[in-house]
Order: sequence, then C-alpha cells, then structure tokens
Amino acid sequence: MKLYDYVLSPSCYKIRLLAALVGVELTLRPVDFHPGGEHRGPELLALNPAGAIPILEDDDVLLTESSAMLVYIASRAAPEWLGDGSAREGARIQQWLSFSHRLTATLGSARLHEMLLRPGDIRGLQSAGKQALRELEAALTEQRLSDVEFLVCDHPTIADIACFPYVALAPDGGISLEPYPSIRLWQRAIRALQHFIEMPGIHRLHELRPAPVRPEQGA
Amino acid sequence: MTRQPMIDEWYPVGLVSKLSTTGQDTMLMGQPVHVALGNGGEPLVTAQSRRFPVISRFGHVWTSLGEPKKDLFAIPEAYQPGRRFVDVGVVRVRCSPLRAVENFLDIAHFPFVHTDILGAEPHTEVQRYEVEIREREDEVWATKIHFYQPQAAKSAEGGITTEYMYRVPAPTCSILYKTCPPRPGEWDVITLFVQPLGEELCDVWPWMALFDDTTPMVDLIHFQQLIFLQDRSILENQMPRLLPLDPAMEIPTRADMTSVAYRRWLKRHNYTYGAQLVAQ
Ligand SMILES: N[C@H](CCC(=O)N[C@@H](CS)C(=O)NCC(=O)O)C(=O)O
Ligand SMILES: [Fe+2]
Repeated sequence: MKLYDYVLSPSCYKIRLLAALVGVELTLRPVDFHPGGEHRGPELLALNPAGAIPILEDDDVLLTESSAMLVYIASRAAPEWLGDGSAREGARIQQWLSFSHRLTATLGSARLHEMLLRPGDIRGLQSAGKQALRELEAALTEQRLSDVEFLVCDHPTIADIACFPYVALAPDGGISLEPYPSIRLWQRAIRALQHFIEMPGIHRLHELRPAPVRPEQGA
Repeated sequence: MTRQPMIDEWYPVGLVSKLSTTGQDTMLMGQPVHVALGNGGEPLVTAQSRRFPVISRFGHVWTSLGEPKKDLFAIPEAYQPGRRFVDVGVVRVRCSPLRAVENFLDIAHFPFVHTDILGAEPHTEVQRYEVEIREREDEVWATKIHFYQPQAAKSAEGGITTEYMYRVPAPTCSILYKTCPPRPGEWDVITLFVQPLGEELCDVWPWMALFDDTTPMVDLIHFQQLIFLQDRSILENQMPRLLPLDPAMEIPTRADMTSVAYRRWLKRHNYTYGAQLVAQ
C-alpha cells in the first residue's frame, strides 16, 4: 500500500498509526504540503481533485478519505478494529468516523491557522472545536462509567484512531485539553497500545509518569 | 522611553521563492507590513506610505523597521559549491523570539525532545565545550561541542558522534554548523531565522545549506519540520513567556553555557524585545 503522506498531517498520521498498530506495511510517498503546496499540484490533483492528503493506493483501489482508508486497512488485516459486526457497534463506529471530520474542520483548521499561517476565523474555529471536544468528553465519560476505555467497545476500534490525532494536537491550535479529564485518560489508553507510534506533538507514554487520578475518585 | 536597538536589525519576513505581486500581510515587532514582488521583480516591504529597506539572502526576504547600522550577517560556508539550499518554510510559535533562539542553542534537550533522532538516553551528558563572545565580529560562538546522535541527519545511517558549532550573529538568528555525514571535514549549515511578530509571538523560518546529493528535497524539508515541530510544543509551554535577562536568575550549568552567553550578549546590547528584565 502506498500512502501519500506528510509528517505533520494528523490525517496522514491516522493511517500510519493504524497500519503500525495492526502490522500493515506502508510505502510512504512524502508530499511537500508546506511550503510547497504539492497537494494542489497537477500530479496529486489528478489523484484527489479535492486537493487534500492522505491518498492511499493499493493495486486498483484509490482512496482519498482517511475514514475509508481505516476501514480498508482494518478489513484487510485486523477486522476486530471494526467492532463485533453487530448493527450497534458498526453504526457507532460510523457515527464517530463522521464526527471525526468535524474535528478536522475545526481543531485541524485552527492548528493550520496558528502554526502554518492559514487564513481563517480563528475564534470561530476554536469555539466550534471546543464544542466538539465537549461532546467527545461527555461520550467518553459515559463509557468510563461502564468501565470501557474506548469510544465504542472495550477494545480500540478505528473510531478511536479517527478521532485521536486532531484531539491530541488541539493545543497546537491554541486549545487546551486541561478541561477534559476523560479525553486525557482515553489518550493515555491509546498511547499505551502496543506498537503505538508518535508524531511531532504526540508522544509515546513514558511508563514512569503516574496515571492521572480519575476525577470521580478524587475528593 | 529609550529606543529599542533591535529596531535597527534585519529580520526575515518571507521566502524569496514564494513572493507574489499580490503579496502577503505580515507583522514585524508589532508593525503591520506588506511583503510583495515589485514590477521589476524586486521584493518590496511596505506599510501605507512607508517603504522599508530590503535584502534578499539565504532564500529569504529581510527587512528592518529602523536604520540598520551594518549589512545582514554573512554565512560564507553557504556559498561553497555543491551545497543544496532548503527552504523549510514558516512555522508560527506562540513564544518570545528570543526564547526560540535560546532553545535552538540548547543541546541538552536533544535526548528528551528529539528522542532517537538528535539524542537518546542514556547518552544525555553534554561534554565540556567552549563559549565566547567574539568581540571583533560581535557574535556569540559555541564550539567543540560533541554529542552522540542516533540519526544526526536525513543522510546519516545509524548513530554517530556529531560535532557542533553554534553562532549567534543577530538577536533573533542563529546558525548551527554540524558534522556532515556524507562529507567528512565539511560542515552542514542549519539556521534558525526568527521574525518577531510581537514580544510573545514569532514566525520561525528554518533554512539549510547542506552537502547531500541523494536525499530528495521533500525528505530534507520534512526531517527539519519534524524536528522543529517537536520544539514548538515545548516552546509554547515555557514560562515565563518572555526571556528573563536578570543575571540573578541564571544558574550557569555546563549545558546552558551558550544560553548564559547569549543572554549576556543581549543584555549588553540592550536587545530586550521579547525579554523580561526584572524577576517577576
Ligand atoms: N479527505 C480528508 C482530508 C483530510 C485533511 O483535511 N487533510 C489536510 C492535511 S492534514 C489537507 O490535505 N488539507 C488540504 C489543505 O489544507 O490544503 C480525509 O482524508 O480525512
Ligand atoms: Fe530542539
């Protein structure tokens, strides 16, 4: 599988991360996203007229949506990452895959604005991003009350991978994760997965650091 | 209020390769400026009726809000034949421009921030090296720095002990010379050019002049962006945001000798835009 990739792209990192977690080998084709804007050049526009990365090629399969790529990789190599096949889990995964695009449009755009000088209404992006984080926090708190660490079931699925990168990098866009304890615990659980890989701004878990106190156990 | 001497320095405000006739609005020390390509193909830096002096050098457009007393510094090594120039591109950081330079000068953070690339545990010790303020050039220099690096450059295969030299020729610019894996005896040139937008906000323009005929350009860009983005998350969380220049607050250890010299040099010149003078 060939991934048109950019080191600093959270959407590309989703694909690299799932591939690493399930042991699928990717051939990376680096794209000069910044400062070159290569994703808007003729070669890449021919593959994805939307002018965005990632792009995944595998034989006659060409994908330009990260959520579809996650489904593809999991279906090929690790079906347990797609849930148990029930209507309930399948649909909940789809729900989060769609939700993840809101994270891209809000947290991701705020990050591009703050880091790479992309034009945009930064206040509007940040407040819409915080709204999405509050929804995610509520859902994760709900899960934890039933002792489930991940978004859909008691093991990670592609829903977690789709939502994790933009959330973890929210501080790059000037949005603190301080107010969201459930999100922080969920991130720890993902970072603790075997074969987890990093990207700038997202670090591996250092075992020596103690786990934060679960809020409902405090005081 | 006394005049801030940093006003008379040169600062990067854009990539020469990205100039356009429509131009780009940006900021320099709180002053909005417009950077564009003039009719004769020359860079123009303007604000309403004012037109600022311009230099095109090292891939970037440089300007000054004041009256520069000297030419922009030189990097003679950069013009050795056979080097490739890498425009890494701008990255905005919510930090003091002086802190961005100070972090660049600090080798001790490599194993912790650039783990398994520029440093690795247990090789965390920085050996003794030499630091001086060169009076004739009026620059800070740190030399004879030796450090073990797992992947010193995109072209490096496996860990090597790298030799470094750092140079600060202007308050918000630093040049790093490091061992060049494909060409022993020569130095790779890696720079950090910082555009102060405000005292707590800057645009950082890394640039490189390397001996490396094999690595694709995009890989060189991404390697450096990866490194710098690891620094960015650290820089945005430093407190206080301004760089403290109060000597009483300095705890000189071997690792941050360069930082001590840099702060002393800033203080001597009254280069205090982005600095904090009294302990708060
Ligand atoms: N098709 C979406 C696109 C993801 C996305 O927004 N990618 C960014 C890079 S992280 C991009 O290519 N943006 C185009 C641009 O900003 O010019 C997906 O795969 O999730
Ligand atoms: Fe660094």
